[in-house]
Amino acid sequence: MNHNFLDFEQPIAELEAKIEELRHVADPNVDINEEVERLRKKSEKLTRSIFSSLNQWQVAQLARHMQRPYASDYIKRIFSGFQELHGDRHYADDPAIVGGLARLDGRSIMVIGEEKGRSTKEKIHRNFGMPRPEGYRKALRLMHMAERFQLPVVTFVDTPGAYPGVGAEERGQSEAIARNLIEMAELRTPIVCTVIGEGGSGGALAIGVGDRVMMLEYSIYSVISPEGCASILWKDSGKAKDAAEALGVGAERLLKLGLVDEVLPEPLGGAHRNPEVMADTVRDALIRQFDALGRLSLEELLAARGERLRNYGNYRD
Amino acid sequence: MNWLRKLVPSRIDTNGGKNKRGVPEGVWTQCPSCGSMLYSGELERNLQVCPKCSHHLRITARQRLDQLLDAGRREEIGENVTPVDFLKFSDSRKYRDRIVQAQKKTGEKDAMVVVHGTLRGSPLVAAAFEFQFMGGSMGSVVGERFVRGVEAAIEARIPFVCFSASGGARMQEALTSLMQMAKTSAALARLRAAHLPYISVLTDPTTGGVSASFAMLGDINLAEPRALIGFAGQRVIEQTVRETLPEGFQRSEFLLLHGGLDQVVDRREMRDRIADLLDFLMNRSAGVERDAA
Repeated sequence: MNHNFLDFEQPIAELEAKIEELRHVADPNVDINEEVERLRKKSEKLTRSIFSSLNQWQVAQLARHMQRPYASDYIKRIFSGFQELHGDRHYADDPAIVGGLARLDGRSIMVIGEEKGRSTKEKIHRNFGMPRPEGYRKALRLMHMAERFQLPVVTFVDTPGAYPGVGAEERGQSEAIARNLIEMAELRTPIVCTVIGEGGSGGALAIGVGDRVMMLEYSIYSVISPEGCASILWKDSGKAKDAAEALGVGAERLLKLGLVDEVLPEPLGGAHRNPEVMADTVRDALIRQFDALGRLSLEELLAARGERLRNYGNYRD
Repeated sequence: MNWLRKLVPSRIDTNGGKNKRGVPEGVWTQCPSCGSMLYSGELERNLQVCPKCSHHLRITARQRLDQLLDAGRREEIGENVTPVDFLKFSDSRKYRDRIVQAQKKTGEKDAMVVVHGTLRGSPLVAAAFEFQFMGGSMGSVVGERFVRGVEAAIEARIPFVCFSASGGARMQEALTSLMQMAKTSAALARLRAAHLPYISVLTDPTTGGVSASFAMLGDINLAEPRALIGFAGQRVIEQTVRETLPEGFQRSEFLLLHGGLDQVVDRREMRDRIADLLDFLMNRSAGVERDAA
């Protein structure tokens, strides 16, 4: 297996390289199995140890890992019969947001996800997962369709942020995001949002308002990127590590603050080490959440969503 | 600058008053746009709009509300809601210290003031940003005061007006500040369901999380002339697209051209414009309230 190891994973990378080397020993007189097994156990133990005490910046790097499963990977693995629906009906189709009809354990749902793209060519096509206004308007169109046909909405959040471009501003990036916030607050169908990688500010929130917000263990969600925060508050984008720590961008920290409802555990070493297992975890959680939400009447559902939105904030009174 | 010297009385120094004695501080204000020296009293009477070039100077939340509302009884909403450094956030300075300093500088507890008052005799709830308070950034207090203002409007079945001036979400409250975008927008959904009007006035500057939430959600979106309004900061956009931005980019007139605003309104006409628009939306006959006031 060829993983792209991050800096802090270098000790693991070295062990894995050793294991790989041993495998290629051609001498039939040497029994390598025992040694390989020993090293593999050691590697696993080391991984466990490193991953048990990640700092916020390391979590951010995992959230942005180039091999991390993207929205389209989850759509493929979790649902069946996906029918992609394109376009905002006003201006364009934004490939940075993928959406459409699919089946989750047999039931019809609407799925909407931000998609970064894997290859260089696809990254450019997907604009690195940075949606333009037409992307958010497509998402809203699909949500309204879901509402009309009583389909639950699944969203996958994974974006560095809404695209900061001239055209995006001309076409009302702010309005597009704001519109989704007000509409999602009272959309008359259950919404479950999952942050699968990077939850970049307003660009993430624009498909992130719902009845349940889940985060994968090594995903991040932040008001501003650690680099952006560092360059503004520390006047030095090199202080991203400090900014990540101060902001508390990781799932566990946000769970403690009550800003997310559930953290979904990732396979050892991160979602990219075992995308199948990760997808199963997400799938099971979605089914469980929609089962629970399904027991509420529409009025109860909307009241609870309103209550949750109303209560965001920490202040003295 | 020779023409300026002619405009300014000979005894008034334009070099910041450092060299000469006897010029009372605060009597003269230099227009940040055209550089004219303006008599503060006249500027005040002109609602802090430069009489020479019509540049709209930035003003405080209280000045804003004073310009809008009738004199007389007002009730402040959420004034006891005050900020807390719940993350113990510290960058080059502690958030706690920044709060205290901003409070001293502005005399406000946080970056938004909300009041229940009357405009030409008709009651309404009006909110205004205090930009001098940490760049008008939106944290928990701004979010909570905004929502309480909207709820008071719903309760009394009266309109809601908000004047924005903000750099966006307050980083020192991290993700909690981002969630204020969802919280405030959700409150506006309830105002909408109650069929009550919301007029949003975007003033210089309105960017980031505030523009991407309640500021762009007005039934009617107004803006003052030449105000900077946008989602992304200009430096970020320039770095992303690697080209210089067109003249007037992200200014009120640019947004009007691209369909983001209903009107660009001169500050000196703002009060009457808002009153007129609310008369329409509240289905009141024009001018009745004016007589009553």
